[in-house]
Parts: sequence; C-alpha cells; structure tokens
Amino acid sequence: MKLLAGGVLLAGGFAALPLLTTRNDLLNLGVQIFLAVVLAQSWNLLGGYAGQINLGHAAYFGLGALVTRTLWLGGTPLLAALAAGALVATAFACIIGATAFRLRGAYFAIGTLGLAEILRITVGNLLPEISTLRAAELASYNILPRYYLTLALAAASVAVVALIVPARVGLGIRAVREDEAAAEACGVGALRHKLFALAVSTAFAGLAGGAFAYYHVSYYPQHTFSPAWTFDAVLISFIGGVGTLHGPVLGAFFYVIVKEYLALRWVEFHLIIFGVLFMLVVLFLPGGLVEAWQRLRRLFAR
Amino acid sequence: MILVQQLILGLLVGGLYGLAAAGLSLTFGVLRVLNVAHGELLMLGGYLTFWLFALWQVDPFVSLLGVAPAMFACGLVLYLALFQFVIKADEDLRIRNSLLIGFGLTLVLHASAIHFWTADERSVTTQYAGGVIRMGAFVIPVLRMSSLVLAFMLLLALHLFLSRTRWGRAIRATAEDWEAAALMGIPVGRAYMLAFALGTALAGVAGGLVSISYSISPSIGLEWTLKALIVIVLSGLGSLFGSFAGGLVLGLAEAMSVVFLGGPYRIVVGLIIFLIVLVVRPQGLFGARP
Repeated sequence: MKLLAGGVLLAGGFAALPLLTTRNDLLNLGVQIFLAVVLAQSWNLLGGYAGQINLGHAAYFGLGALVTRTLWLGGTPLLAALAAGALVATAFACIIGATAFRLRGAYFAIGTLGLAEILRITVGNLLPEISTLRAAELASYNILPRYYLTLALAAASVAVVALIVPARVGLGIRAVREDEAAAEACGVGALRHKLFALAVSTAFAGLAGGAFAYYHVSYYPQHTFSPAWTFDAVLISFIGGVGTLHGPVLGAFFYVIVKEYLALRWVEFHLIIFGVLFMLVVLFLPGGLVEAWQRLRRLFAR
Repeated sequence: MILVQQLILGLLVGGLYGLAAAGLSLTFGVLRVLNVAHGELLMLGGYLTFWLFALWQVDPFVSLLGVAPAMFACGLVLYLALFQFVIKADEDLRIRNSLLIGFGLTLVLHASAIHFWTADERSVTTQYAGGVIRMGAFVIPVLRMSSLVLAFMLLLALHLFLSRTRWGRAIRATAEDWEAAALMGIPVGRAYMLAFALGTALAGVAGGLVSISYSISPSIGLEWTLKALIVIVLSGLGSLFGSFAGGLVLGLAEAMSVVFLGGPYRIVVGLIIFLIVLVVRPQGLFGARP
C-alpha cells in the first residue's frame, strides 16, 4: 500500500514537473530516466521474476525502434506505430522463445546474445544510413510529448509488473524460477509461464525502443540493436534490486543520474564504476540497493 | 579459385577460433562456469603482445613466452577475486552467477581498454609480416600459417599435461565429479584455480596470435566470445582436439559465406549455425559429453 501511494505520488510529481520548469536539460534527463525504467523493469520481469537471464534484450528494443520509426516517418499515427513496434518485438520473441526455452539456463542466455548480434549486424548491413527527422518534423519538434510518452510508459511498465506479480500467473512465474521440475510437478506449465513473461517483457522493450525512435532526432538504425541497451537493463535491474518491483525504478534513477554526472568528466568511465558495482552486488548483495536500504533500516531500528 | 583461396584463409583463422574455444571449454568443462568475458581476456593478451612490440620491439612470438605466464597470473587473480565466490553456489546458480560476473567483467575490461588505450584498431607489424608461401595460384600468409601450427602445438601440449601429469589428472577428475575427487583427496579448489588460470593463459596466447596476424581493438571481445561459444556448441565440451576441429569447421563455414554471401555476413553465418545447433542438438555436433 505504501509502495502504491509512493508510486502514484512519484508519477504525479513528474507529470507536474514541466509546469514548474521549462529547462530542456531536466526534461531530457527525465526522458532518459523513464526509458531506463521501462528497459530495466521489462528485463526484470523475465530476468528477475522468471529467472531467465536474457542477454539479448537489445534485439527487442531495436526491433521496436526500427518498426516504429519506419511507420511513424511513413505517416502512420504515432500510437499505432508504437503498438506495431511492440507487436513485432513480441511476435519475434515468441517465435524464438518457443525454441530458445528448450535451452536451459546458460544456453538460453548465450542463445539470446547470439540472436541480438545477428540482428545488429544484419540491420547495420541493410540500413547503413543515418536516420534523421525531416525538416518539417524538426521544426515542430517539442520535448513535452516525448516526456509524457516515456513517463506514461514507465508508469505502465511498473503497473503491469505490479499487477502480474501477485496474480496467479505471477506466482507461477516465480515458481518456475525457484524450481522448474517442482513447478511442473505441481501442474504449473513451465514453458507457458516463461513465454508469458517473455511476451510482456519484450512488448515493453519494443515500446521503449519505439519511444526512443520518437524521441531521438537522428541515430544509426544499428545503434538501437547495440548490446549497450542490454547492458543498461541488466546493470540497472541488479544494482537497484533484481526481482523486486521498486528496485529497477530506484536503479534507473541512480544509474542515469550518476552516468550523466560522470559523463561530463570521463566518457565511458561510468561503465567501469558500474561494472565493478554490479559484480559486487551479484556476489555480496544479491538484493541490490533495495536490500542495502532494508539492512540500513534494520540497523537503525534497533 | 577464389573459393579455394578463401577456404585456405578460413582454415588458418579457424585454428585461432579453436584455440580461443579450448580455453573457454576448459573453464566451462571443469568449473561449470561460463565466463562470457573470455573474449575480453583474449583482447588483453593481444594488447600485451602489441605493447611489448610497440614499446620495446619485442618479437611477438618471443613475447608470447611472457604473455602466457602473465595471463596465467591474471587468471589466478580473477579466480581469487571473483570466480571462487561463484563456485560456492550450486550448479544452476553457479552458471547464472558466472554469466553475470563475466558480463560485469566484460564491461569493466572493455571500458578500461577504451579509456587507457583508445578505441583505435591496432596490430603488430613485424618486418617479416608480409611473407607468403606460394603454392601455384594460391598464397599462404606465413604468419597465419605459423599461428595455426603454434595453436595446434599448444593444444597438444595442454593435452599431454591433462592426460599425463598429476595435476592434469586432478583437473580431469574434478571435471568428472568434484565430490568424488574431493573424497579421493584431490584439492578441488586448487584444481579449479589451475584450470581457470590455464584457460585465461590460452585466451591470452590466442589474443597475442590475433594481434600478430589480424588486428585488435577494445571491442573485439564480444565477437571472440561468440566465436568460442559457437565452436563449443559445434564440438561439445570435453575434448581439446574437438575444439580445434570445431574451430576449423567454423573457419571454413565463414570462408564459404564470404564467397557466396559477401564479407559483411561472415559473422552472421557463424551465429546462425550456432542457433541452429543449439536448438537441434544442444550436446554438440561431435557428440562429446555435455
């Protein structure tokens, strides 16, 4: 209940932010944070709750971006283009997932990694040109709709995961994570639940990609398939607290803000710091920032 | 004509794929950890060779004698600092955590390499770099040929070590069944450490050979990790020569794809083979025990 109130308050506060400030840098920072929330929360549903390490999340982000950008610049209304992007990402994931989930553990992870690389290289070969908005779109470019779109997506991703987790299907997903054989023995279809988590996860990854395509003025199509998107999602989920609802949100704020701060001084340097932090979390603090906070509170509650 | 020439080149690069895969297969097979930073370790070995040559003009083949122990030590440090904690978990969690730790290591090594050595592509250019052996209409680059031979000899030496020496047998016993090995009085922890360090040294030497015959940059890590994984999936775990053969097969497959599909799809073809084999026959084409 406290979490729910906190979430609503947070979302409301950010929705009111543009009324208080017209500083574009703050709004841009907001867009990046919200995109990070969607990416991390979507990864978290599959990686954290369902326990399937997906090292190819960038593939779905990229597919969403590619489809949305192409349709939107071709004249399709934005929301329809976004939906199409999400649909393509999910459809692709389910076709692949139905076979990839026959691979357990490590094989699923490296299979998805290989898949994302195939897409990245192929898209780079087929679409080597930079994608830029046309003059008319540039003239009417406004940060506000981008801000609200990404905010809405971030809120939606958190809300959907919050609805799934306590529901029957959410319990099934977590049962599969804990022990696949035991879950099957209790009548919980492992494949069905993993596919469900994959479908929702990749739909949001596709939406995040679509929002990125709507937000960015110019980028190389290959860039949206870059492993960096997977890195971001995994790092944020784990540093924030994997398998929790508020962990990825916390992680996204922390990650993007620290990253922006560091990028002023050393480009790429944030990856060294976050990489080390990430390894420490995996080994010694599996609950991430969320767990660190709980431990601190217990320490002072005494 | 072009096909045969490409096949020769494919075979030559295939030996390095095999060497890269052998190191990964050693750590995967013995420790049951999947170190996705293997390609970054290879990159590190490549830079070591490159800097020894660029700063002090050390002949790259000589410097491999120093690169191998240096990377062996690097492997010891990584094992003690990170992977020994991963080993403590049970098998499922172990693989998952090793993937994650390897992934974090990838980020750190990649970003550090860019930070300290810039993103430029580099390669060792010795005075004898351009040498070729002519065989009728075909050419065989001398350096790549010697890399292939060296890779094979290294695997042979490793094979002898694993099959003939006390420590080699300890590593193999640990790979078979670590609990039984521990009961027989084998120091399992040290066998793990040795296997991991050997795998790292193999990656380092492979990287040195890559910097001699091809080129290195901070971002080659992922590509080489994937190459090693493709080879492992093709050949299964548990046999060094299987890895070598798998490497050659991958090299040949890539060469064919260059001829028939064009250079840009060279990497894609290997990955597609990888996915197909993963789905159809996860235990590997050459059928060794997974």
